[in-house]
Amino acid sequence: MRPPCEAVVAVTGMNATDNPAPGVAVCRSLRAVPEFRGQVVGLGYDALDPGFYAQGLLDAGAILPYPKAGRLAMLERLRALRSELGIDVLLPTLDSELRAVAASERELAELGIACFVPRLDALAAAAKARLPELAGRGGFRTPDSEAVGHAEAVRTLVDRLGLPLVVKGVFYGATIVHSEADAVLAFHHFAASWGLPVIVQRYVAGEEYNVAALGDGEGGLVGAVAMRKMALTDKGKGWSGVTVDGPDLLRTTGALVDALGWRGGLEVEFLRERATGELYVLEVNPRFPAWVYLATGAGQNLPWAYVMLACGEPVPELPPYRVGTQFVRISLDQIQDLSTYGALSASGRFGSVGVRRAS
Amino acid sequence: MSSDSSRLRQLAVSESGFVFDPLTGHTFTVNAAGLAVLSGLKAGLDVDAIAASLGASFEVEGGEDLRRDVDDFVLRLREHGLVK
Amino acid sequence: MSPRYERPVIVRHALGGADKFGAANAVRPVRDFEGVSIAELVAAHGSPLFLFSERLLRQRVRELRSQLSRRFDDFVVAWSYKTNYLGAICEVMHQEGSWAEVVSGMELDKALGAGVPGARILFNGPAKSAADLEVAFRTGVHVHLDHLDELELAERVAERLGLRPQVGLRVHIGDLPVQQWDRFGFTLDNGSADQAVRRLLRRGVLELTALHCHIGTFVLDPAAYRHEARALARFGRRLEREHGVRIDSLDLGGGFASHNTLHQQYLPGEELTPSLGQYVEQLADGLDEGLEGAPPPRIVLETGRAMVDDAAILVATVLANKRLADGRRGVVLDAGVNILPTAWWYRHDVLPVEEPRGLAEPTVFFGPLCMNIDVVREALMFAPLEAGERVVIGHVGAYNVTQWMQFITLRPNVVLVSERGEHAVIRRAETVATLLQQEEVPPWLRR
Repeated sequence: MRPPCEAVVAVTGMNATDNPAPGVAVCRSLRAVPEFRGQVVGLGYDALDPGFYAQGLLDAGAILPYPKAGRLAMLERLRALRSELGIDVLLPTLDSELRAVAASERELAELGIACFVPRLDALAAAAKARLPELAGRGGFRTPDSEAVGHAEAVRTLVDRLGLPLVVKGVFYGATIVHSEADAVLAFHHFAASWGLPVIVQRYVAGEEYNVAALGDGEGGLVGAVAMRKMALTDKGKGWSGVTVDGPDLLRTTGALVDALGWRGGLEVEFLRERATGELYVLEVNPRFPAWVYLATGAGQNLPWAYVMLACGEPVPELPPYRVGTQFVRISLDQIQDLSTYGALSASGRFGSVGVRRAS
Repeated sequence: MSSDSSRLRQLAVSESGFVFDPLTGHTFTVNAAGLAVLSGLKAGLDVDAIAASLGASFEVEGGEDLRRDVDDFVLRLREHGLVK
Repeated sequence: MSPRYERPVIVRHALGGADKFGAANAVRPVRDFEGVSIAELVAAHGSPLFLFSERLLRQRVRELRSQLSRRFDDFVVAWSYKTNYLGAICEVMHQEGSWAEVVSGMELDKALGAGVPGARILFNGPAKSAADLEVAFRTGVHVHLDHLDELELAERVAERLGLRPQVGLRVHIGDLPVQQWDRFGFTLDNGSADQAVRRLLRRGVLELTALHCHIGTFVLDPAAYRHEARALARFGRRLEREHGVRIDSLDLGGGFASHNTLHQQYLPGEELTPSLGQYVEQLADGLDEGLEGAPPPRIVLETGRAMVDDAAILVATVLANKRLADGRRGVVLDAGVNILPTAWWYRHDVLPVEEPRGLAEPTVFFGPLCMNIDVVREALMFAPLEAGERVVIGHVGAYNVTQWMQFITLRPNVVLVSERGEHAVIRRAETVATLLQQEEVPPWLRR
C-alpha cells in the first residue's frame, strides 16, 4: 500500500452541473494538500460529466456503469480500472453508490483498493425512512415522517400531519406540497424516479443549516464544519454559503456519529424552527456534500483526512475551522478540443497515472 | 454502391474509434471492423472488396457473412446521414 | 496474429448519456449451471430451458429455518404451492421439512396426492368449494377462512360431517407500509374480524385456533412484518382475554422479496432485497412486542418467492438480430413472455453464456411471439450476439412455471440439476400431441 501522499485516489461524482455531485469539490480538496504527490482519477457516469473537463483537476478519468447495473458490474469495472490505472483509494460521493461500495469493502480490499465507508447497518440506520428511529437513539429531534409505499398512504398522512408537507425521494429530491393532490403527484414523481419508498415529512418552518463531517468508525468525530446557505438555485441547491459557529449543530452531529459508529464522510441537514428555536435533523446524507471544499477552505480538509484513514494512517487533530468563510459557486465554460470526450466515448477512460507529478 | 466517399472523407476519425462529423457536430464510436469498413469506403472500394479485406485483416471463424455485415453497417451510416 | 473478427458497429452518442462504459465488459459470462456446462444441458434438453438448482433450493429453505430457529422454538415453514407446484420442487421442499400451503382444490388434491398428510397442509385462498372443505375437514387440513360466506359454508360442511374442525381466520391489517391487500380476510381495524370471531364462537360449530395474515408480495421493507406480527399477536391475546379462546398458531404469511428487480426499483434487487435474517428479526421483534411476555404460539411462514426465485435460470437461444427504427439493436430469443410472465414485473438479468466481445450497444431482448408486448428485457447494454448464441435469464424460479401459458409456441423442458451434477427433466416439453389430447372436434365437423 502506498502512503497517502503518493496514493492514486479515485473519486466518484464528476457530475458538476447546477445540481452538483461532490466529486469536483473532493478532488480540489486533495489538490489543496501541499504534500500530496499522488494522482487523482475522476469516476463518472457519462462522457460529458463536467468534472472530467475541469482544467488541472484530474490525472485520469473513467466511466462507471450506473449504480442501477448493480454491485457486480461496479466491481468488475473497478477491477479493470485497478489494473489499468493502479487505483489505491476509492472515495464514493453519491448516495446511490454507497451501499454497493459498503457491501464490497472486503472484495475491494482484495483488489488492493482501500475505502473508508460506513458499515451496512449504519447506512441502513441513517436512511431517510428510518430517521425517526435514529432520532430516538441519538437523542435529537426530527420532524414526524413516514416512509410510504403507495399513494393511498399519502392521503392518510395528509390528514395526520397536516399541510404543507415535504415529500422526498428515497435517494434524492424533496418538494414542499400544499395540497393533497400535489402530495400524491409528488409521490408518483419520486416513486418513478427513485423507486419506493417515498418519504413524507411534516413541514417545519425555519432556517436550514448543514454540517459536513467525517466519522472515525469508532464513534468519534474527526472533523465537522457547519454552514448556512446564502443563495439557492431554483433546485434548492446552495450556490453560496458561509461557515457559522454552531455548537449545538456540532454536538448533535457528534451524537449522531457516535450513535451510528459512523465511518467516513457525511452531511447532516438541520433546521432551526423559527417559532421555537428547536433544532431538527432533516436528513443524514451518507457522503460528503458538494460544498465540502468550503470546509477545506475554512481549515478542515475532510476529504484528505478520509484518504489518510483509508490508508490506515492516523489523522492529526483537525484545527478549528474559520467562522465567516464564504463560498460562492460560479459557472464557467471550459474550452478544449475533442480529445478527452473522444477518449471517454470510445474507450471509457482518458489520461493515465503513469507519470508522477513533481512535488 | 451508392456511398458518397467525399462525405465520409470529411469525418474526423481517431484510431481509438472516435468519430466526429464536422457537418452536424454528431459524434460516434466505431469498433475495429467498423474502422476498417470506413477506410474502405473512403478509398472508394465496393462492398465485395471491403468484405474481402475484413476477411484478410481479421481472424474469422468461417461462418460469418461478411458481405451482409458490411451492408448492414452501410445501412447504419445511411441512417446517420454519413452516406447517401 | 490478426485480431478476432467482430461485426462492424457504429454507435452514435446520445444527447446526455446512455449507460456506456467504454469497451470494458462489466459482465462475466455464465458458462455453466451447478458445474454442468450450459451447452451440455441444452444439447440434452433443448432450448429454451428452465434449470433449477436443487442445492440452491435446499440452501434457501435451510437458511430460513436456521434464522427462525434462532428466535422461535415452535415454527413451521410451509411451501407455497402456487409459487411453483412442480412435483419435484415440492418434493425437495417437503424433504426439507416444509408443510404444504395450498390455495385451491387443485393444489389441495396435488398435495394430498403427493402423500403430504392433511395435518401438514394449510388451506388458504378466497375460493374454497363445499367439496374442497369436505376433503379438508376429513383429512385434518388446517383451513384458514377468508370471508363470512366461506365461514358459513364451512359451518354447514362441518355440521353435515358431524365434525368440529379447528380453523383459522385470515385477517387484514391496515396502515402498513405496503400496498394494501384488503380484498383478503377480515379487516381488523373496522371491527369485521371481531364480528367474525363472535359469530364463529356463538355458533360453536368450528373451533378457532389460528390467525393468519399475508400483507403483500415482494415486500422490500422488513419493518412491515414487525407491524404485522405485533398487530396479529395483540389481536390473538385480546381474543384470549375477551373470549377465552386459545390461539395456538399465528400464520404470518409470506411476501419476502427475491433478488429480482422490479421495474419501478432504481437499485438492483441484489442490493435492495433484505436478507432472510432481516425479515425474521423484524418479525420476531414485532411478536415480542405484541405478546408482552405471554407464551408464544406456533409461528407459520409460507414465503414462496424468496425460496425458489433465485434457484432457477432460463436458457434461451438467439434467433436473430435486427435494427430497430430508433437505432437500437433488437435481439429475438426463442423464449418470450409466454413462458416468462415475470418479465412484466421485473428487469430480469440477461447474461451471456460466452465471453462477450465487441462494443456494447443498447439492446432490447424480444421473445418469439408475433405480439408487440413480447419484450423480455428493455434497454440493456450488451455486446454483439450471433444467431445461435445462448443467453441466460436469471431469477426465474417463482411463478413462471405455474403462470406460463401455452400460446403460439409450446412450453419447454424444466430440468432439475442436483448437487452432484445429475440432471433430469421434471416437466416434459409439450408437443402438439399434448394439445390435441385435450381437444375434441364435434362429429358434425369431422371429415
